[in-house]
Amino acid sequence: MAEPLLQIRDLTKTFVTPRGTVRAVDRVSFDIPRGSITGLVGESGSGKTTLGRTLLRLVEPTSGHTIFDGTDLNALDAAGMRRMRRRMQIIFQDPVSSLNPRLTVGAIVAEGLVAHGIGTARERRERVAALLEEVGLSPDHMSRFPHEFSGGQRQRIGIARALALEPDFIVADESVSALDVSIQAQVLNLLLDLRARRDLTMLFIAHDLSVVEYLCDQTVVMYLGRVVEVGPSRDLYTAPAHPYTRALVSAIPVPEPGGAGARTILRGDIPSPLSPPSGCVFRTRCPIAADVCAEDPPVAVRAGPDHIAYCKKIEAAHDLV
Amino acid sequence: MAAGALSREPRFLELLFARRSVAVALGVFVVVLVACVLADVVAPADPARMSVRARLTPPGDAYWLGADAFGRDVLSRLLHAGRVSLTIGLGVALISSAIGIVIGLLAGFYRRLDGALSRLIDAMMAFPDILLAIALVSILGGSIVNVVAALSIVYAPRIARIVRASTLVVRELPYVEAARALGSSTRTIMTTHVLRNIVSPIVVQSTFIFAYAMLAEAGLSFLGVGVDPATPTWGTMIAEGRQYIDQASFLILFPGIAISVSVLSLQIIGDGLRDAMDPRLAKDL
Repeated sequence: MAEPLLQIRDLTKTFVTPRGTVRAVDRVSFDIPRGSITGLVGESGSGKTTLGRTLLRLVEPTSGHTIFDGTDLNALDAAGMRRMRRRMQIIFQDPVSSLNPRLTVGAIVAEGLVAHGIGTARERRERVAALLEEVGLSPDHMSRFPHEFSGGQRQRIGIARALALEPDFIVADESVSALDVSIQAQVLNLLLDLRARRDLTMLFIAHDLSVVEYLCDQTVVMYLGRVVEVGPSRDLYTAPAHPYTRALVSAIPVPEPGGAGARTILRGDIPSPLSPPSGCVFRTRCPIAADVCAEDPPVAVRAGPDHIAYCKKIEAAHDLV
Repeated sequence: MAAGALSREPRFLELLFARRSVAVALGVFVVVLVACVLADVVAPADPARMSVRARLTPPGDAYWLGADAFGRDVLSRLLHAGRVSLTIGLGVALISSAIGIVIGLLAGFYRRLDGALSRLIDAMMAFPDILLAIALVSILGGSIVNVVAALSIVYAPRIARIVRASTLVVRELPYVEAARALGSSTRTIMTTHVLRNIVSPIVVQSTFIFAYAMLAEAGLSFLGVGVDPATPTWGTMIAEGRQYIDQASFLILFPGIAISVSVLSLQIIGDGLRDAMDPRLAKDL
């Protein structure tokens, strides 16, 4: 297989708070293949949003690397990073606060073009008009302000803004969670269209597993700042290897009476990230935890082709990576 | 600055005039402003022409608001003095806003500068306004320009504090993050994204500073550390009239009323602006 577009290696982000140090993202490593949509799922507080920000260097990582198309982003200086930003963009969760209320839609969508000095004012206008049409809005909307639009339309404006620089890679951070279900479907289909038309690679951050299953080629599951399982979506949903993923998958509602199989119910809440459990961070809620889980962090276990889980209890049954 | 932000909200003027006190205050202030600006045309007499026979004439037909100890027409002096007082107020409001915006944005954006700048702001705000202004004017020397400079320095920390606090909020918003993701420069982010969204509190605060500055100028002039006593301002008029308080109380009454009316209407306008720009704060009143 070709070299992946993104290689994330031991990426770590710690925040120092008055009450202690939080490892929001802890030694995360995985690849994002070119042209794929990778889903990133986990509960609130699992660090998925921070990971999305850290790998774009919107938040500086504490350690580790993001290798984007062969370039280590964390080795770039400010000017180099600014140039690199053309190739990677982000779509936000909140369609209200992600658009500057004082700017017209035209100015919002054109911001990246202006920042990189692309085109004349007239060329930029034409490009913005084309982008608005591409995301299902009208070029007439250019002179209006964000508050004149609905949530779904605003999200389309955010998508047009991200596309303006013709990026190779887009992080979609919970980009549909704030929308009505019917609008969600429209925006998701728009993203799929755009991916096909523009050959985009995407990281789709979500907490809704059924959306990720529908959309994504590969799924990454995070728990308390750590990746617990990575695999092709088909394998991961039919044969989840990690006990946490099994619990998540068994919790996906099935639209048939009696269709749901045995559900694994997790007990308790996600532990405080200020004092994560020793060894495997999931062991306090794990139905199959044993004494060995409290000792060292689990190592990667191969559960299938491109399918990796981090769990000691399943090590015996599978090959170590 | 204000006009750009206001013109875009069609409901803004409606909201502003919804409270009758604000509409009245705005009307009064505009009348005072126009009368003072057009003092050369409107004033019934030359404010400097003396007349020994007219000394301390009480208000009447010849001198509507009386004449002072040199027989000069009080109304004419009041209008010309108002021009100076309003110029100083406006100048201080604009200059202190400019200084405050720069300091506030730098403090809000650069954590390394924030400690030093915030300490400086706190230190300056610890001094009583008038004391600090007196100290600065005595260093700089008394003239209109120096009074404006001194009062701008005195009031800039108020704007800086508000700008810093607002910047800290706005710079964490997703659209600022989006701008960084797009590769926009820090300067673009500061001006287009942050400053444009914190115009309202700045406008409101500078309206109040306009009022405080007029009051402070009057205080400085009254104490004899303000502008050259030969220049009529409402403060110098009260200072001069003070000596005749038992014979001609109107000499301090009218400039006093002029100051009170201007300051009060500016305060009400400031309150109105705040409510119209951010209806959520209206309940505080």
